[in-house]
Amino acid sequence: MILVVLISILFLGGVLAWLSEGLSPKAPRVVALAAVVIDLLVMMPLVGADFGAASWIVQHNAQWIPQFGISFHLAADGLSVLMMVLTVFLGAIAIGSAWDEITERVGFFYFNLLWTLAGVIGVFTALDLFLFFFFWEVMLIPMYFIIAIWGHENKNYAAMKFFIFTQVTGMLMLISILALAYFHYIQFGWFSFDYFDLLKVSTSGAIEMWIMLGFFVAFSTKLPSFPFHSWLPDAHSQAPTAGSVILAGVLLKTGAYGLIRFAVPLFPAASMEFAPIAMTLAVISILYCAKVAFAQSDIKRLIAYTSVSHMGFVMLGIYAWNEQALQGAVMTMLAHGLSAAALFMLAGGLQHRIHTRDMDHMGGFWAKVPRLSFVALFFSIAALGMPGLGNFVGEFLALLGAFKANITLTVAAAFGLIFASVYSLWVIQKVFHGDYRNADFDDSHLSDLSRREMFYFGAMMVGLIWMGMYPQSFLDLSASSLAGLLGDTELLFFAAGQ
Amino acid sequence: MTMTFDDLLPLTPLLIVTATSVLAMLMIGIRRSYITTASIVITGLLAATVVAGAMMSWTNQQITPLLIIDQYSLLFTLVVCAAAMLIAVLSFPYFFELDDHREEYFLLLTIATIGAVVMVSSNHFVSMVLGLETLSMSLYGMVAYPLHSKDSAKYPLEASVKYLVLSAAASGFILFGMALVYAQTGTLSFTSVRELPAAGLGEGYTIVALLMIVSGVAFKLSLAPFHMWTPDVYEGSPIPATTYLATIGKAAMFVVLLRFVEISEALSFDSMVTALSLVAAASMLAGNLLALLQDNLKRILAYSSIAHMGYLLLALIAGHYADGTLAVEAVSFYLIAYVIMSLGAFGVASVISSSEKEFDSIKEYRGLFWRNPWLASMFIAMLLSLAGIPLTVGFIGKFYIFLSGVETGLWMLLAVLVLGSGIGLYYYLRIVYRVLMPEKHSIPYRVGGMESISSYGALAILLILLLLFGVYPAPLMSIVAAASAFI
Repeated sequence: MILVVLISILFLGGVLAWLSEGLSPKAPRVVALAAVVIDLLVMMPLVGADFGAASWIVQHNAQWIPQFGISFHLAADGLSVLMMVLTVFLGAIAIGSAWDEITERVGFFYFNLLWTLAGVIGVFTALDLFLFFFFWEVMLIPMYFIIAIWGHENKNYAAMKFFIFTQVTGMLMLISILALAYFHYIQFGWFSFDYFDLLKVSTSGAIEMWIMLGFFVAFSTKLPSFPFHSWLPDAHSQAPTAGSVILAGVLLKTGAYGLIRFAVPLFPAASMEFAPIAMTLAVISILYCAKVAFAQSDIKRLIAYTSVSHMGFVMLGIYAWNEQALQGAVMTMLAHGLSAAALFMLAGGLQHRIHTRDMDHMGGFWAKVPRLSFVALFFSIAALGMPGLGNFVGEFLALLGAFKANITLTVAAAFGLIFASVYSLWVIQKVFHGDYRNADFDDSHLSDLSRREMFYFGAMMVGLIWMGMYPQSFLDLSASSLAGLLGDTELLFFAAGQ
Repeated sequence: MTMTFDDLLPLTPLLIVTATSVLAMLMIGIRRSYITTASIVITGLLAATVVAGAMMSWTNQQITPLLIIDQYSLLFTLVVCAAAMLIAVLSFPYFFELDDHREEYFLLLTIATIGAVVMVSSNHFVSMVLGLETLSMSLYGMVAYPLHSKDSAKYPLEASVKYLVLSAAASGFILFGMALVYAQTGTLSFTSVRELPAAGLGEGYTIVALLMIVSGVAFKLSLAPFHMWTPDVYEGSPIPATTYLATIGKAAMFVVLLRFVEISEALSFDSMVTALSLVAAASMLAGNLLALLQDNLKRILAYSSIAHMGYLLLALIAGHYADGTLAVEAVSFYLIAYVIMSLGAFGVASVISSSEKEFDSIKEYRGLFWRNPWLASMFIAMLLSLAGIPLTVGFIGKFYIFLSGVETGLWMLLAVLVLGSGIGLYYYLRIVYRVLMPEKHSIPYRVGGMESISSYGALAILLILLLLFGVYPAPLMSIVAAASAFI
């Protein structure tokens, strides 16, 4: 029941935020923040739950469309809880970043923001594949509105591209889900979309591969992974800051979550066969997008490409499919959620202040805005994988696990860490060091970070340091659910790797 | 054969609609009053809707060889009458300012509905043609209705003549096909087609007859490659007539096609399956691709209706391979969904338009969301539903179509469906984006007076149905499944 409450609070909060605009233009943000904070508080008992014995700590199952065996089945295990905490935490941060930036049609903005979050929480907890697909699509529409209404100069194109990419690949996933449900009908005599029922369906050969590919395409588009990544730079560069935060911090993670929860466990044999290809795609994402990032002059596009590059490690870890690699993937998801969100907020903050994202126009900002520059340095270093911060733990574990599965690809992927250092430090050097340049923009609004901004950047720093210094507290949370997912499929993968 | 009272009883909805048209005609003869005529028609159609709904659970009877009144035909009688009633409600403000005789429009609308009700109850060639022609004849009039209005829908006469000529040609095809069937079997019931291959001239002859009938029907359904007339007629007609054509016209025809294909086993020939598959694929692609190039809302919706008919045809083809009734349910559910969302999308356009000034360029919808959030939300919901996005009934309809395709393994057609829907997103989102853009300069929409309050009510009902069936479709699914068992 608690899961239903969590989702309802966000849905209702969104409606209330919209309605409250009538009272005062400042009311929606307060309502939205309150809803998110309440959600976070309600969630706390789940974080403190005992993850030892049973991996599912809370379930809610109600009939929805009995004709097709579709139920309103929500459940959470350690993995879901980690993702939900990340979602709501970044939701609060996103509201903080929109606090002053969004001045038009405020109520509708926070409505969309909260509905996106609600959809994401639904994705992380749904255990009925129809319901999962339902939430998967529900989170798209408000995100589309956020980009299309509050975006920047080329928002129509970006919003459209985002929507079409995710929707079309989503339809392929729908076909796969239906095919799976139909196989269940053939094998057991009734329709079911329930995760646990569908795990029992045995498919084989080419059919299993095709069905698996339907899932894979949808998830790797959302992740995103080469070759389905091209929507991301556009969406990120055009979205308002809060939109970027949600997109980079949370929405991308739904793709990775889908791979871990559905794509591999439902089709272990096909995934095993497909793993070398998936890992190759991951390595291409890591190296190619790092290279492309280096070629960008638009700071948001640059960060977007680095996101693709970092998410490559997640995919690499998932398709290595052993405990260390999966732990690494989950850890990278969390750490990248924070670091990418922070970097997008910095880029958004800069754009808000000087109305440009072009790095060729920037330089020497350290002298002018030292606090902002320090924060940028911190998160850049986090992103490049400095030991002691969360990203390092994640990427290191992912590589360690992947090394067991495929040595060649892992070696190639490790070069990604070097590339990451190159582009991160290059950005720092270009934007914050050197002589101050303000020829190409009006710097009258170039002020340092305010106390509110310092507060939420500080919160994210604490999160990253915690992950880097004491990762065990996160690893414990996901360990039992990952072990459950691995089950005996790990041996399958291991045997194939030898 | 004599008719008894027991035979007449199941015909009650049809009789009510017929009585309504007679009553409306007499009323016009006695005293011209726009509001009285409209009220009579709306009340009559409402009564027919309610009666059809009430009769559904216990009626299953063949009335003369011409009409079958079972749960399925009653379900669609209900849909047709309800849709006609809503269109009448939406037409009322639209024609309010027309400087001409306005009352006969409602008469035409009611007579068209008689035709549609006959069509959904038909399992015989004669009733099919009678219903079809009653519907089409009235539509010619409805399409050309604002003929004398100066700045009305641009080309009502052109649209009407185009529709008349092409539709008559299509009817000719259908009649020719029927004649071929009759020449060999001597009967005109749908079942006679089954005896045709054995009746002397063999399979080739049967296929020719079937192709004649199906291509005529495809014409009326505006399936590619018989779709050329659709955008022009849609654009030229006054919006309520377009709505009628796009919803009831299509739904009634598709129900006949479904019954015909199921009863006559037309798809037992491989060449028929191939032909229909090609038509379905062509419709999905042509409809969606051509809609990309349009700037006129009516034309976009015209092309999108071509694509939607293609989706429906996919499920119809699946019905041949499937064992159970799933594909029939898919067709029926999608038809209902299609009627709801098309009514809504056209309804929004008709609320802000009138017979004197139509707003049908998508440019004119710019900023609607900020001027009239309520209307714009309905519009966006309808468009997203047409695009098949969850929370709306359009998604559940798509789900059904996908499921029937997966069940029968029509992978190629499913691939085309995904491709087509993907392209479709673009033009739906283009409209949505316009609606969301900040308004540049005020466009003088008609300011809704007292007479359009009921239109808003009708739209609200449609929105509620759209969301209700989209979020909690189980009850509607049960009704559709029960009715589909009769096919």
